[in-house]
Amino acid sequence: MNDHDTPPSKAAAAVEIDSVSKVFNLGKPNEVHALDGIDLTIDDGTFVSLIGPSGCGKSTLLRLMGALTHPTEGSVVVNGKSADQARLDRDYGMAFQTSGLFEWRTVTQNIELPLQLMGWDKAQRKERALEMLDLVKLAEFGDHYPRELSGGMQQRVAIARALSFRPQLLLMDEPFGALDEMTREHMQTEVLEIWEKTRKTIVFVTHSIPEAVFLSNRVVVMSPRPGRIAADISVPLGRRNFDTRESQGFFDSITEVREALRFEGSTR
Amino acid sequence: MIKRALAGAFPALVIGVGGLVLWELSLLVINPDGFLLPRPTEIFEAFTEHFDAIWSATINTGYIVVTGLIVGVILGVVWSLLVSRFRIADETLTPLAIALNAIPIIALAPIFNAWYGLLSPTSNQAIVVLLVFFPVFINTTKGLTSVGATKIELMDSYAASKWEITRMIRIPNAMPLFFTALKIASSLAVIGAIVAEYFGGSQDTLGQFIVQNAASGRYTNAWAAVVAASAMGITLYLVSGGFERVATPWRPDVDVVG
Ligand SMILES: Nc1ncnc2c1ncn2[C@@H]1O[C@H](COP(=O)(O)OP(=O)(O)OP(=O)(O)O)[C@@H](O)[C@H]1O
Ligand SMILES: [Mg+2]
Repeated sequence: MNDHDTPPSKAAAAVEIDSVSKVFNLGKPNEVHALDGIDLTIDDGTFVSLIGPSGCGKSTLLRLMGALTHPTEGSVVVNGKSADQARLDRDYGMAFQTSGLFEWRTVTQNIELPLQLMGWDKAQRKERALEMLDLVKLAEFGDHYPRELSGGMQQRVAIARALSFRPQLLLMDEPFGALDEMTREHMQTEVLEIWEKTRKTIVFVTHSIPEAVFLSNRVVVMSPRPGRIAADISVPLGRRNFDTRESQGFFDSITEVREALRFEGSTR
Repeated sequence: MIKRALAGAFPALVIGVGGLVLWELSLLVINPDGFLLPRPTEIFEAFTEHFDAIWSATINTGYIVVTGLIVGVILGVVWSLLVSRFRIADETLTPLAIALNAIPIIALAPIFNAWYGLLSPTSNQAIVVLLVFFPVFINTTKGLTSVGATKIELMDSYAASKWEITRMIRIPNAMPLFFTALKIASSLAVIGAIVAEYFGGSQDTLGQFIVQNAASGRYTNAWAAVVAASAMGITLYLVSGGFERVATPWRPDVDVVG
């Protein structure tokens, strides 16, 4: 069968979100009800996309999983422990829309940063960084500074950095948002390749329906103000290849996601 | 590298030499007596004639400038590290820094002379320290605190400590602004030292040399000392630029002006 659709047999939950609400500036005049009653379980090894209109709380949900912000109500469990503990245990890697590379560090030094914080010695760091550079096909660029790379290359470095310490969970917030269509499709293929090789759990925020469908086992559609889960669509496309983007199944899934989004838009 | 530096300096050389020639020639035409403004060749003569006196005055003033600059820079950097790290420091030390800066510092020179003794260099150094402190403090603080939210979140996602964030993110982020401040401060230090010397403090300094020669009408000598002071300012500026290049290798190669 195709191993793209079947999660690992004894699927432990990578992320369990239980009736989570998030209110920013609670009780102040600028109060924002960003998320309401979110229940979401993500099985280990799956590739899940979060999609929805701007401001519906996708980034907030992702940051809750990373314990970069905390729920007003409900609980977030990552790898069977509190999100905070998972953060302290460095259980996840994160990549953002802007690559967030440190411009004073070379590409290699950027990739080594998490390892340095984890107290790895120099030789180990070097070795892992080289391995990561190979993975994202930037082997010749290790000694360059970020400003010497194109936007797509910078994003690849950011992904290599997020993967460098081999976290089982990868949180990505519109990592390809700033890229042109060509580079974007290329990067999607690369991320899928990495996912197939490593079988990480990936939570991927995007605005692009085709991107969500092409990449994921599961597309979670969100509705705005307050953010809720409007639909949870599984994508049975099997192992992706060059023809996937032109297959009937691909278009069917795109339609399904689009309708879910449109339905959500029309209810307001 | 040296060749490139020379090539980079070429336009400046042309302007400098051209300006001197123009200065010389126009004065020869409009003001041959050289009463108000001496010609460059006259200044050069005075410079060679009084070289020993100017040299030792330059050494003494240079000592005041460099020590004052170092102490002022350290003070500014430590102050901004405290302010950017601890809220309580921000709430107390920032207003204090702003208040200090509101004082017309040069006006303190005669007062400092009374405090530290009329002939002591300490009063001059104190003026330099105060002048240098503020631009260093303001710029470094800006650099330490203006780190993009994404970068801080990334560090949080790696469970980095506050100190690791300061050391690995805030300090490198502040480097470019710190060096901008250092360049401003190095010029301010020379100005501050010389004006302070007008009022007393250390003897045998450029400030004193200028005051005494001007008082007795020997303006050409005063100009020769001004040239020495300018050379000191330029040297400090170039040295700051050199440190900047070494300390921030990730930045594109820009001229010293950058
Ligand atoms: N730190 C914050 N303080 C106050 N309000 C916030 C904060 N972060 C997000 N919000 C609000 O929460 C809501 C959801 O924001 P979020 O960034 O999660 O949306 P998003 O779905 O990621 O949007 P986009 O697709 O534009 O990135 C928005 O209304 C936003 O204004
Ligand atoms: Mg977002």
